Amino acid sequence: MNRLGKIGTLIIVLFFIVAIFAPLIAPHSPTEQKQFAADAPLEDRLKPSASHPFGVDDLGRDVLSRVMFGARISMQVGVTVVLISAFIGMIIGSISGFYGGWVDRFFSGFLFNVFLSFPSILLAIAMVAFLGPSIRNLILALSVIGWVGYARLMRGQVLKVREYDFVTAARALGASDFRIIFRHVLPNAIQPLIVQASLGMAGAVLSEASLSFLGLGVQPPTSSWGVMLNDARSFLRVAPHLLIFPGLAVMLTVMAFNFVGDGLREWLDPKQKRQ
Amino acid sequence: MLNILVVLAKRLLFVLPVVWAVVTLVFLLIHIVPGDPVRNSLGENATEQQVAELKHKLGLDLPLASQYVNYWKGVLQGDLGVSLLNPSDKVFEKIFTRYPATIELAIAGLIVAISFAIPLGVTAGRHQGKLLDNIASVVALLGISTPGFVLGPLMILLFAIQLDWLPVSGRYGFEYLILPAVTLGAPLAAILTRMVRSSVIEELNEDYVRTARAKGLSERQVIYKHVLKNGLIPVVTVIGLQFGVLLAGAIITEMIFSWPGLGRLTIDSINSRDYPMVQGCILMIALTYIIANLITDFAYRLLDPRIKVE
Repeated sequence: MNRLGKIGTLIIVLFFIVAIFAPLIAPHSPTEQKQFAADAPLEDRLKPSASHPFGVDDLGRDVLSRVMFGARISMQVGVTVVLISAFIGMIIGSISGFYGGWVDRFFSGFLFNVFLSFPSILLAIAMVAFLGPSIRNLILALSVIGWVGYARLMRGQVLKVREYDFVTAARALGASDFRIIFRHVLPNAIQPLIVQASLGMAGAVLSEASLSFLGLGVQPPTSSWGVMLNDARSFLRVAPHLLIFPGLAVMLTVMAFNFVGDGLREWLDPKQKRQ
Repeated sequence: MLNILVVLAKRLLFVLPVVWAVVTLVFLLIHIVPGDPVRNSLGENATEQQVAELKHKLGLDLPLASQYVNYWKGVLQGDLGVSLLNPSDKVFEKIFTRYPATIELAIAGLIVAISFAIPLGVTAGRHQGKLLDNIASVVALLGISTPGFVLGPLMILLFAIQLDWLPVSGRYGFEYLILPAVTLGAPLAAILTRMVRSSVIEELNEDYVRTARAKGLSERQVIYKHVLKNGLIPVVTVIGLQFGVLLAGAIITEMIFSWPGLGRLTIDSINSRDYPMVQGCILMIALTYIIANLITDFAYRLLDPRIKVE
């Protein structure tokens, strides 16, 4: 993989370690509220100190610990959304590409276009707005908008692979459709799916933060980067660090997954190398 | 001329089923609300009679099929129902008082994106692999990975609070448009920069560029008169597809800058559980996106006569 891809991998591994071990390595509880000295001005109370290297928020909660627990939410939502949408997308995409005909016309000519005709985050906002905000509904909404990308990719791959001789051979040997798709077509289509999954993680992390920022995702007091960024807006003047640390966390994660996605694409398919 | 009409008709035939599905999905939204949407909206203290009355008024007590027919009738007549909070507010009228602000913001974002992306992309493409190219790539990368809800408040902090050059929020004149437009346009600027760059690199290798240089045109004329004409064709497609991203991004941008557009109306209505209003907003944004894509499709064909009717 190229250098940026390696850097991205390193950042992602780091964020995953933080996410998994957050309860062990975070210096404070993400909801524990520090008591302030009554006479100190707000600016001094919130600013970073030795025991709170990223400072504290207006309720006296440690920002570093909240960023760490926020990573937990982001990674959890990202991984779940990518797994669910890749799974649904692969099944629908394979069916559409493998059977062709009216099945394909329905899925790729109609259903894909319906989902693509909503700006994706809008559909997620709509679903969460009507189902009610919660992590479960957030994951559901992001999966519903996410699967089309995988389905289109899978369909294209299946259309290509199903014409290969080994598929004809497998069919001649009496293999079932199911076996052909899973044993012969899928392994040949898996590489672009991995690239898509990496870019999908970037998208899911960003969407989670966006929806939580709008108050439609993770609900307080659970700490999520989007929630923290929304809270930070009221204290821009006195405590810009409340914006900067969760902001950096989102940027680094999104950038890292994009690096890895681009790096993988090049690595798996050297023909596509950037000029 | 006839040719264009045929294309138009074909595209409309293709778009109609999508419009049907979008309207149907939006209609169904109110039926996925857990519990009773009217009770949710009126609150715990409402009596059974109040709930029943409002339901009757909204037509929500009819069988699903009749509700669906009524919804379509409404959509075709430009009637999207009334606000739950204030039944004298017509959804359609309310949306149209907010609509211009959102379109203004989206177009401003688009202009920002294009005016950053073309010079930046051309510079990067002409100096491929050199320092200027790398700088442009880093800027583009930062643009792609900085979400609006980070960039917006950061710019408020810098340009409105620290430097006091621009207003923090609201919509009372041109200077109020600048920060929201940059916030909204930045990610698109980044995507377009990358596209312009690779387009320019590709076109610079073409024979016509050699010819243009051989006949003594300045490098500037070669780039702006010849290369960009061809190089911008794929960029136009992306702009159309990304217009929807701009509309959706406007929701977040409007929240950050208290911009009185459709996005803010959507979120405010979600928070007050004004379901018909939310449905109307979502329908309008989706339809605008479909129309923007249709327009792009035509622009694309006009720019590139090589594309024939399929």
